[in-house]
Amino acid sequence: MIEIISKSKCISCGLCVSVCPTGVFDQEKGKVPVIARKDDCQTCFMCEVYCPVDAMYVSPNVEEVAVNEEELVVSGILGSYRRELGWGKGQSSSAASDASYKMFQMMSKLPGH
Amino acid sequence: MSNQVGKQPKGEREVETDVLVIGGGPSGTWAAINAASKGARVILVDKGYCGTSGATAPSGTGVWYVNPTPEEQEKAMKSREALGGYLQDRKWMKNVLNRTYSNVNQLDTWGYPFPLDEDGHKHLKSLQGPDYMRLMRKQVKKAGVKIWDHSPALELLADEHGVGGAAGVFSETGERWKVKAGAVVIASGGCAFLSRALGTNVLTGDGYLLAAEAGANLSGMEFSNAYAIAPAFSSVTKTAFYTWATFYYQDGSIIEGAGSQRGRSVIAKTLQTQPVYARLDKADEQMQKWMRKAQPNFFVPFDRLTINPFTDRFPVTLRLEGTVRGTGGIHLINENCETKVPGLYAAGDAATREFICGGFTGGGSHNAAWAMSSGSWAGEAAGEYALNLGSNASKRNVAGISTTPISANWSKSNKKGFVLSEITESVRAEVTPTEINLFRNEKTLQSSLQRLDLIWEEIRLGILANNPNVVRVREATAMTATARWMYSSAIERRETRGMHKRLDYKEQDPRFHYRILTGGLDHVWVKPDQPLHQEEGVRR
Repeated sequence: MIEIISKSKCISCGLCVSVCPTGVFDQEKGKVPVIARKDDCQTCFMCEVYCPVDAMYVSPNVEEVAVNEEELVVSGILGSYRRELGWGKGQSSSAASDASYKMFQMMSKLPGH
Repeated sequence: MSNQVGKQPKGEREVETDVLVIGGGPSGTWAAINAASKGARVILVDKGYCGTSGATAPSGTGVWYVNPTPEEQEKAMKSREALGGYLQDRKWMKNVLNRTYSNVNQLDTWGYPFPLDEDGHKHLKSLQGPDYMRLMRKQVKKAGVKIWDHSPALELLADEHGVGGAAGVFSETGERWKVKAGAVVIASGGCAFLSRALGTNVLTGDGYLLAAEAGANLSGMEFSNAYAIAPAFSSVTKTAFYTWATFYYQDGSIIEGAGSQRGRSVIAKTLQTQPVYARLDKADEQMQKWMRKAQPNFFVPFDRLTINPFTDRFPVTLRLEGTVRGTGGIHLINENCETKVPGLYAAGDAATREFICGGFTGGGSHNAAWAMSSGSWAGEAAGEYALNLGSNASKRNVAGISTTPISANWSKSNKKGFVLSEITESVRAEVTPTEINLFRNEKTLQSSLQRLDLIWEEIRLGILANNPNVVRVREATAMTATARWMYSSAIERRETRGMHKRLDYKEQDPRFHYRILTGGLDHVWVKPDQPLHQEEGVRR
């Protein structure tokens, strides 16, 4: 569930407001968006993936949990999924190293597949 | 619940187009692009955001991409027939294989970064959701299609000639919209009943309701009890990865017979009384590396909680995927993906996938292939249909056909109101428990259906009529209707076939070798489709 929009990192671009499929955020013009409908968050991580400045944190828990922003920044978790997908600045998509085909090859050898 | 909660609507925007596509996931985007390729003007509306909405975008999916040689196609078609209970259709399967082959090659041409192996050979059998759907959005725009995000459709517009558009709301402002269109493609996905399975909370059966209100039929709604394995705390459903898992009781002893495929019933049964734990201890080091590169999303929850899924036991649950990974949906009358209602088309998970899957999917690859193929056909046919109407289209006097009142007031507050929450939860309580929906029998299905009928009656009597949260009201209405079609069909199929398991009829029965149609709103009806003539599997 979405837990943080970092006020210090956010550039108020509004992209998270646009891309959230369940309309969780509201934004006053030029201001940092707010988590207005947290209950509607479906924990899909898409806001994190699209955020250009790694200001979002979606907790992996589908229920609300307490998180500490400073600890998250120190741990390097903010923006980690975006980097994993190769969507960060100067990166190229990790889809190019998708190893699904290797898994499928192994799976087809298992009994019953 | 009261009128005072909602603001007055801020007016209405009314436009005309040739084709309106409802839903911006894989099937909707392919439909929009292909309708535009016929020269039609196209508007695509999405309840959320085209590019992130739905089950595909946050995940990754295999694709039923098969070399178009007769031998390889034959093998691909044959491999699934028994699992699906021989309800497929070879002609459809072959067409889907061919269309998927050319569409995936099209993605390659558009620049999707398919991986190369050590020999420089390209592999096109899987797609990363975020990249795939970002690319599709770009191509939709390039095709000249207008995308309206956060613009849920609330009802179809129709006249005596059939469907002619839809009306909805812009979620950000509450302003209403009305699109008069020569043809409408429903591509709004299936129904997972707000289970929080990855990306599925926008999939509430909205398109089924729209179609049924216009008089379209549904098919295969008994194949609607897919459950996916996920860590208990998490939304990330990825059943295939649990092929490499061992399942454990709380005390660390192994649950015999539990597995990701045929052993899922054992997991479900165990979860009814106690927690179940998993550990992916069958994956060797090489496989562990491949898994990470195949589905980065799978590891996000584990990494964040510093769980190593290969060495640590973690609690798992089953999340309902309903018809999203079931196979039922809107019935199609031909390979143009037409419904029986003129001007109305359906594609992707919103439509029945029985033609290629029968009563069982077991994986995303067929659904992905179906979405891109049916989406393309629906788009092309809708485009041609609308262009043939010519200037007649704009003279039509179409009106909204919702069966339930839609409040003129507006609120997007998440204070949904007590009554609305209660209705939603009551429906979820009927479809979520594996005791009712996975292990089915006449008695529990009948009593569940009676309760669902009562909920429907309350909605029809107007219990939600003044609720200004009109989008959530329509979702609750759609889920109620969907559950009733599911269980009505499940009662009718007195046998076990595909994913439909009946405790009171445990065998596949050749006398039920047909698809089951359903429909209707106040009065839900069920009837057999024509008998199928292809070879029935040997009874197991």
